[in-house]
Amino acid sequence: MSADYVLEELLIAAIAGLLEGCGHIAVGVSSPIPGSAALLRRHRDREAGGRTRVSIIGTTIPEFRTDGGVDLFDSAGQGRVDAFFLSGGQIDGRANINLVGVGDGYPQQKVRWSGSFGSAYLYFMVPKVILFRLEHSRRTMVESVDFISAPGVSPPNVHRPGGPYALVTDLCLFRFDRERARFALASVHPGHTLEEVRDNTGFDFDVPEAVTETAAPDGQTLSILRETVAPVIADPYPKFARRVWGVSAAA
Amino acid sequence: MSDVLLANVDRLAAEVPDGAKVAVFKAEGGCAAMAATAALIRRGVRDLHLVTVPTSGLQADMLIGAGCVATVETSGVTLSEYGQAPCFGRAVKAGTVRVIDSTCPAVYAGLQAGEKGIPFMPLRGLIGSDIVRHRDDYRVIDNPFAAADPIVALPAIVPDIALFHVPLADRFGNVWIGRHAELKVMAHAARKALVTCERLHDGNLLQDETLAPATISEMYIGGVAVAERGAWPYGVTGLYDDDADRFAAYAGMAKTEEGFVAWLEETVYGRAPAVAAE
Repeated sequence: MSADYVLEELLIAAIAGLLEGCGHIAVGVSSPIPGSAALLRRHRDREAGGRTRVSIIGTTIPEFRTDGGVDLFDSAGQGRVDAFFLSGGQIDGRANINLVGVGDGYPQQKVRWSGSFGSAYLYFMVPKVILFRLEHSRRTMVESVDFISAPGVSPPNVHRPGGPYALVTDLCLFRFDRERARFALASVHPGHTLEEVRDNTGFDFDVPEAVTETAAPDGQTLSILRETVAPVIADPYPKFARRVWGVSAAA
Repeated sequence: MSDVLLANVDRLAAEVPDGAKVAVFKAEGGCAAMAATAALIRRGVRDLHLVTVPTSGLQADMLIGAGCVATVETSGVTLSEYGQAPCFGRAVKAGTVRVIDSTCPAVYAGLQAGEKGIPFMPLRGLIGSDIVRHRDDYRVIDNPFAAADPIVALPAIVPDIALFHVPLADRFGNVWIGRHAELKVMAHAARKALVTCERLHDGNLLQDETLAPATISEMYIGGVAVAERGAWPYGVTGLYDDDADRFAAYAGMAKTEEGFVAWLEETVYGRAPAVAAE
């Protein structure tokens, strides 16, 4: 057996590491891996006496509920949300994200996606936004997005306490440098190579002299995930919990 | 309170004129008025300006597919885990529906301006997004209280009608919304709210200390109809679950126009009384 963990567990552990120091982590819809990472972070922080709070949009678990969507955005505007996750049909080298569509001629593009959701606001207001996209290819990681749902960086006069912090894919982990508006490779997942990342990335990025491998989750992390996180994340994401851990929602 | 209190859903749908600006609520939690949506399609409503608060799923997709919508103002139309919204995607690409892209807090902020009766609301973020570039109704203004601080001004959103589904209403026209506080913003901003409910509450919701805080006063309500399982195929929190099989069926069928028409026949027109053969 080459590994006793699955890709999802590797990504969850890596994201939980990025979330260190975040008092309130919010998670949007359709985000089971970021949601699990937030719960892992909360578990570790609570073990250490911390009070990390997690809000997962769309779940029926009472402790996660805010006073609706207005409250989520208003509290983010006040600085009460420390971390959030966004994705994109396209993500470019300046961390611009596109949730609208592919091709010229907006609004009649050749591919139309759902729309920008809260990205055009939360990307500005939440200090640590982690971009997450499981398909790492030249189709998704592009030189320049076809529609900017939310820009990666802003001119200095624009009020922007928040922005992109990292980009996590199925191949690797990038960190984003806001000053330089540029991604830097932070680690490559086990079983993958720098060449593979380069071949599948449509934008230019910085590479450190020694490329490190994304740390595999240790035994203790895996047991927290399988015993504690899995039954909780099964409430908003039953299919995910069943597929990855064979677990149903806690009674 | 209008005289359509306690009407059936078809009578309620008749209150929505062609060309109306109609606000509909996101899929989450079972507040999407799906039985009323089927009634709107049966009535053949046309040229709606749909405002999704702040997003929509099956509801907007069906109304668009059925040709009821001229304009959709939205932060997202999606079937979530069942995939992209097929009719929405087709109509935007074909140019048969005008799409006005927004972002969730901008929809709420516009409605908040609407409920306050003020012309606009400022909102952080947005600057540099192509949403702003394509919206000639947004303005980037200078913060009047600080130097060199650009901020986006959004026009008030005042829907003609707010349409949504709730668990409970009373005979006075008050409606109980549970934890979905955003429905208050939407109902307050609209000229009137048309509401379907799972069942009727005995007594006055506003006289019950525990229910009153999550109740919208009849002052804002233009009509109420009882529609049991009125969010189906969406579930209502605590009452019934999403009908996963129907969502999967829709995602498959609506991939083609023919399939979508078959869906309407089954789901929308199938509910209407059968016409006797002569």
